[in-house]
Amino acid sequence: MSVEDSEGGFSPPGIYEFFPVPLIIDGVTYFDRIMLVRLVAMVGLLVLFVLFVNRAKLLPTRFTSTIELMLDLVRTQVAEQILGVKDGRKFLPLLATFFFMIFALNITGVIPLLNIGGTSVIGVPLLLALISYVTFIVVGIKAQGVGGYFKSNLFPPGVPKPLYLLVTPIEFASTFIIRPFSLTIRLLANLIAGHLLLVLCFKSTDYFLGELLSGNAVGGFFLLTLVGGFAFTLFEILVAVLQAYIFTLLTAVYISGALHPEH
Amino acid sequence: MDTTVLAGLTGNIATVGYGLAAIGPGIGIGVLVGKTVEGQARQPEMAGRLQTTMFLGIAFTEALALIGFAAGFVFA
Repeated sequence: MSVEDSEGGFSPPGIYEFFPVPLIIDGVTYFDRIMLVRLVAMVGLLVLFVLFVNRAKLLPTRFTSTIELMLDLVRTQVAEQILGVKDGRKFLPLLATFFFMIFALNITGVIPLLNIGGTSVIGVPLLLALISYVTFIVVGIKAQGVGGYFKSNLFPPGVPKPLYLLVTPIEFASTFIIRPFSLTIRLLANLIAGHLLLVLCFKSTDYFLGELLSGNAVGGFFLLTLVGGFAFTLFEILVAVLQAYIFTLLTAVYISGALHPEH
Repeated sequence: MDTTVLAGLTGNIATVGYGLAAIGPGIGIGVLVGKTVEGQARQPEMAGRLQTTMFLGIAFTEALALIGFAAGFVFA
C-alpha cells in the first residue's frame, strides 16, 4: 500500500502491522506475536472459567455474578429469544463458546501489553465462520433431510414458477456464499479498522510529543491525539463486545432458519 | 500527439473508495435506528425484541461498509 510521508518522518500504520516478525521455531511452525496473544487470551479465559466454576455457589459474589451476567446474556438474549427454550439449550455450548472466544480475542486489542486483537488476521474469523457455516448446514440437513433442506432454501414457497429462474441463484449465493464471507469480513474488518485507528492515535501522540520537545509548536496537537486515543480505546471495548454479540446472534439466526424455514 | 496533464491528483484511491462505500450504510443505519427508536417509543413492551432486530440489521448493513474498507487493503 503506497502511503506518502506527508509529515516528514512520520510513517502512518499500514498492513504490515498485522504481520509481525515471526519466531519460526523449526522451519515448519509459524509463530508470531499475534499467535502468542491468542494463546495468552486462551489461557486467561480458561483460568477465568476454572475459577468461576470452583466458586459458583448458591450465593453470588461480585465475581461470579459478573460471569453469570454474561452467560445469561448469551442464554436469554441470544439462544432462548431466537431458538426457543428447548433448541436454545441444545445449542447453548456452541453459542457461548463463540461469544466468549470472540470477546476474549477482541479485547486483547486494548489490553496494554498485548495491543493486538487475536481476531485481527484472517485465521480465527475464517475458522469461526466455517464452524458456523457447517453447523447450520448440518443442522438443516438433519432437520429436513438433504433434499428437503436444499429445496426449502433454494426454492422458497409462494413464488410463481417462472421467477424461480431468478430467485434460486440469488438465494443460493445469499445463503451459501455470502453468509460465511460476511461473517468473516465483518469481524475481521472491524478489528483491523479499530487497531489501525488506535495505532494511528498513539503513534501521532508520540510523534507530536517529540516535535514539542524539540521546540516545534505544532506538537501541541499531541493533546488532541491523546484524547482521541482514550476515546477510541473506549470505542474499541464497545466494538469488541458488540462484534462478539453480533456473531453469536447471527449464528443463532442462521441455525434457527435452518431448523424452522417457515419463518 | 503528446497529452498535457493540466491538473493531477496523486495518492491512494482506496481512501476515496472507502468514502464512497460509507455513504450507503451510513444512511441505512441511520434510518434503521431511527425506526427502531420510533417503534420503541410507540410500544415500550416490545423494546427488547426491537433492539435485537436492530442489532441484526446493523450487522448486515455495516458489513458493506467494512467490505469497502477491507477491499482497499486487499487490492494493495
